[in-house]
Amino acid sequence: MGMFDGIAGFGVTFSTMFRKVVTEDYPRVKKVTAPRYHGRHQLNRHPDGLEKCVGCELCAWACPADAIYVEGGDNTDEERYSPGERYGSIYQINYLRCIGCGLCIEACPTRSLTMTNEYELADDDRQDLIYDKDRLLAPLLPGMEQPPHPMRLGENEQDYYVQGPEMARRPDVQDAVREEIQMTPEASR
Amino acid sequence: MTAASEKAPEKPSEREDLPPVPHGHVRLTIDDRVVDAPQGELLIRTCERLGIVVPRFCDHPLLDPAGACRQCLVEVEMGGRKMPKPQASCTMTVAQDMVVNTQMTSAVADKAQQGVMELLLINHPLDCPICDKGGECPLQNQAMSSGRADSRFVEEKRTFAKPLPISDEVLLDRERCVLCQRCTRFSRQIAGDQFIELLERGAHQQIGTEETAFGEGEDFQSYFSGNTIQICPVGALTSASYRFRSRPFDLVSTPGVSEHDSSGAAVRRDWRRGAVTRVLAGEDPDVNEEWIDDKTRFAFRYAQSATRITRPLVRGDDGELHETSWTDALERAAAALLAARDGTGPAPLDADGEPGEPKRGVGVLPGGRLTIEDAYAYAKFARAALQTNDIDARARAHSGEELDFLAAHVAGTGLGVTYADLESAPAVLTVALEVEEEAPVVFLRLRKAARTGTAVHHLGQWSSPAVVKTGGRLVRTAPGREPEALATLPDDVAAALATPGAVVLVGERAAEVPGLYAAVSDLVGRTGARVAWVPRRAGERGAVDAGALPTLLPGGRPVDDVARAQLASSWGLADENALPATPGRDGGAILRAAAAGELAGLVVGGVELTDLPDPVLARAALREADVVVSLEQVASEVTRYADVVLPVAPVVNKSGTFRNWEGRDRRFATTIDPSGGSSGRVGGTAAITLPDCRVLDTLAVEMDVDLFTQTPEVAAAELGHLGAARPTEIGPVRGPDGSGDVDGTDGSLRLASWRQLLDGGALLIDEPELAGTARPPKIRISTVTARRLGLVEDAVAGLEGPRGSLHLPVELADLPDDVVWAPARVPQAGGGVITLAGLGLTHGGPARLTGGTTDGSAA
Ligand code: SF4
Ligand code: SF4
Ligand code: SF4
Ligand code: FES
Repeated sequence: MGMFDGIAGFGVTFSTMFRKVVTEDYPRVKKVTAPRYHGRHQLNRHPDGLEKCVGCELCAWACPADAIYVEGGDNTDEERYSPGERYGSIYQINYLRCIGCGLCIEACPTRSLTMTNEYELADDDRQDLIYDKDRLLAPLLPGMEQPPHPMRLGENEQDYYVQGPEMARRPDVQDAVREEIQMTPEASR
Repeated sequence: MTAASEKAPEKPSEREDLPPVPHGHVRLTIDDRVVDAPQGELLIRTCERLGIVVPRFCDHPLLDPAGACRQCLVEVEMGGRKMPKPQASCTMTVAQDMVVNTQMTSAVADKAQQGVMELLLINHPLDCPICDKGGECPLQNQAMSSGRADSRFVEEKRTFAKPLPISDEVLLDRERCVLCQRCTRFSRQIAGDQFIELLERGAHQQIGTEETAFGEGEDFQSYFSGNTIQICPVGALTSASYRFRSRPFDLVSTPGVSEHDSSGAAVRRDWRRGAVTRVLAGEDPDVNEEWIDDKTRFAFRYAQSATRITRPLVRGDDGELHETSWTDALERAAAALLAARDGTGPAPLDADGEPGEPKRGVGVLPGGRLTIEDAYAYAKFARAALQTNDIDARARAHSGEELDFLAAHVAGTGLGVTYADLESAPAVLTVALEVEEEAPVVFLRLRKAARTGTAVHHLGQWSSPAVVKTGGRLVRTAPGREPEALATLPDDVAAALATPGAVVLVGERAAEVPGLYAAVSDLVGRTGARVAWVPRRAGERGAVDAGALPTLLPGGRPVDDVARAQLASSWGLADENALPATPGRDGGAILRAAAAGELAGLVVGGVELTDLPDPVLARAALREADVVVSLEQVASEVTRYADVVLPVAPVVNKSGTFRNWEGRDRRFATTIDPSGGSSGRVGGTAAITLPDCRVLDTLAVEMDVDLFTQTPEVAAAELGHLGAARPTEIGPVRGPDGSGDVDGTDGSLRLASWRQLLDGGALLIDEPELAGTARPPKIRISTVTARRLGLVEDAVAGLEGPRGSLHLPVELADLPDDVVWAPARVPQAGGGVITLAGLGLTHGGPARLTGGTTDGSAA
């Protein structure tokens, strides 16, 4: 037995001691994900607050895990949730099933459905892991109005789709978005 | 230059290595394959037989060829010479030695099809995500299979206002339309309604109605409009009730049978999450081909109605119905029925306050909507458990004469006159049957028959739409005088009926006219025409054969000793005299007996009191009876009087068989199995209900009797095993002795009436869109009568009966003078209905007409 034998066993310990720590201090310090991380879904809005989702069920169709349930509804002039004829009256994602593949995002024809970086999808109640529209819809930014309300940005849905990118670039809308980002700390992650 | 001409230089019809061309056929080459086709076959059909799918939009096997969409272009070579341009394979018929190359073998055809597709798509909106056809759209599919991968069209698309309602049920999106004209051809050729037309020219060519084109016009009315939605190859015609409800991949499709009429039409029910979302026409060339009426298509939400009963109810001491367990409800019902049957219940007090003669016996009114299995269970329950023949499934006007007629011509006769027989009949006479209103699928077949030469005669009062659309001849008669009219038919009509294959169709309304069934029986005896009985409800024919009538036992057996002994032995009863020996009372007599305090109990199935000839009597009977057990799907007027209510399953939650008017068994499996993973849903909660036969079986067990009808399958097997046993000697159909004639002496008119298809019936609840497509109820009189009464068209007139009046706008029609026609049942705006029977009016009876009121409501 050599004299260092007693501490040889600590070799791994000592060498690791000077490396970068891999342990996460979660949940005290939250992990910042990659920007394109597939987190919780979000149903986006047009700049005036109307919903982008048209209830087409293409996301449900694309979903390999059958995690999405959609029912379409009929917009009326009195009660309008999205531009055009149709909106998603029931929209549910079951996070017990969702595998985060993102195929639904690719299927969505209106860019309504995107994914956020939020990954804290755990609960102690199965029922609570079925997210409804209330937890999936994007928050109302300043300048947005809670639907139902009439179309504020044009005569018909064409105006929303054709001018949508332009509208999104309008300085007042941009400012509002920036403001919102500063206001909510987790949004910057 | 084609491969075919290189490989087979000689004409295929002259080739020695092939068998000779069969008679009436031609031999041609399609995609290098030699094929024999019957002369006159359309190329597209021949391709189909070879398994070659030529894309198409306008082609439909049941509609005349139109060649409207040009999607089906193929290359054709005749006599060794190519035709200069690709040809539409849906309008070109096969010819000897023709050489055809579809898109499979011809680059020219393929390019032509791609070109047509590109043209179809230039003005087509990018609507798929919001389009109800998405996922089952022939345009989507064929754009993928026969279209270009990318679009070259950068210009602005033509737009239209959308969606436009054509009727309350049908919505039109002109941007999506590919102008295939399937809808217009259906309306014109099959339904005979001017429902929808092709308008304008060029880029503005569009489908529409007067209303969509000019912003105003009449609402279009058709009982068959839903078929246009189904055959539209794009999402241009969609239904208001299915709008945005689901996608085809959400839905489970289950074949079924129409529960709304006696047609036995095949349907396909698409359902999701325990509820039906839409009903489509099923395909059955022998029965409904591919068409159904709008009532069958759009009336299905009743199964989800808020008034559905899903738990047993018993009446408590507080006089209200309370939910209870099955065990409790069945025990109570059984005990009460046993007491009523044996007369051991409390005796009613007579005039002096002394207990009088106890009431005894139970009558059974199963209603006319049952499957044959359920009707059989009722029939057996009445005989074996209640020991009575007092059972009558006819919840409508009925008569003893009708029982004679049914015994002689209907019960146990099996498959009789069929749809195909109608189509090939030289002449058809309808009696007491307004065929479009009362049997719409039969109407479509009659219209098809008329288009190919069948002479259709109608015994009626005026040239109703059905008469006009079947190109029919009206044998006009005053209401109530139909028997005389049949006895003195015009010679040519009588001669036509004497030709082999001629058919007389008689409706259930014949019971309203004393002597009419006898006259029909006499007529068919005289002319040799075949006769078929076409009732309105789906279960009527089955009820006759299952023995749910007072004078008929299952299988068409009369109530005689032989049949009773036979039944007793097959039902495993020890005593061969166990079954009641006397023929029972009919529906009216049962109600009279109950109202008079003779009958102690009533077992009532799905019966609407307003459908009965005397609703007032029915209410009195239900009030007077000691015990009323109701088997119902929804809360109804009967359940209001019932002591025990046992919930039963709607058609979608059970299996069974409807025997249609032809006598054809239309078996169907459970659509939504309530015991499986997919329970029927009512108001968002699972509802498990059982078929009538199962409920009656369990109830009978409580009464110590075994019915052995636990499932529809065993009930059907037992009924099949019993078989039909018609008496060797068929009795005569006895008409009334005297004629109950009324003359219009006191200034009154004679009333004619029948029920319209959509008139607020029990299965039409929760269908506002469908109700909006109903024919507006009107009072019809002749010009002469109108002048005499000082009425003009569209003026509101009041039809007065002994128990109230009905106010409706007047329309002039070719009725006999001093006759007034009104629909037998008129739904009211605020809910509820007014029936002529409720007003104390009958077909053929007197009625008074008053004018001058302006409000359209009833007094
Ligand atoms: S999220 Fe997108 S794909 Fe899903 S229903 Fe809405 S619009 Fe359609
Ligand atoms: S008709 Fe077919 S192709 Fe046109 S929008 Fe509807 S689903 Fe798409
Ligand atoms: S509405 Fe439909 S069925 Fe009618 S012409 Fe247009 S595409 Fe054809
Ligand atoms: S299918 Fe042949 S022209 Fe339309």
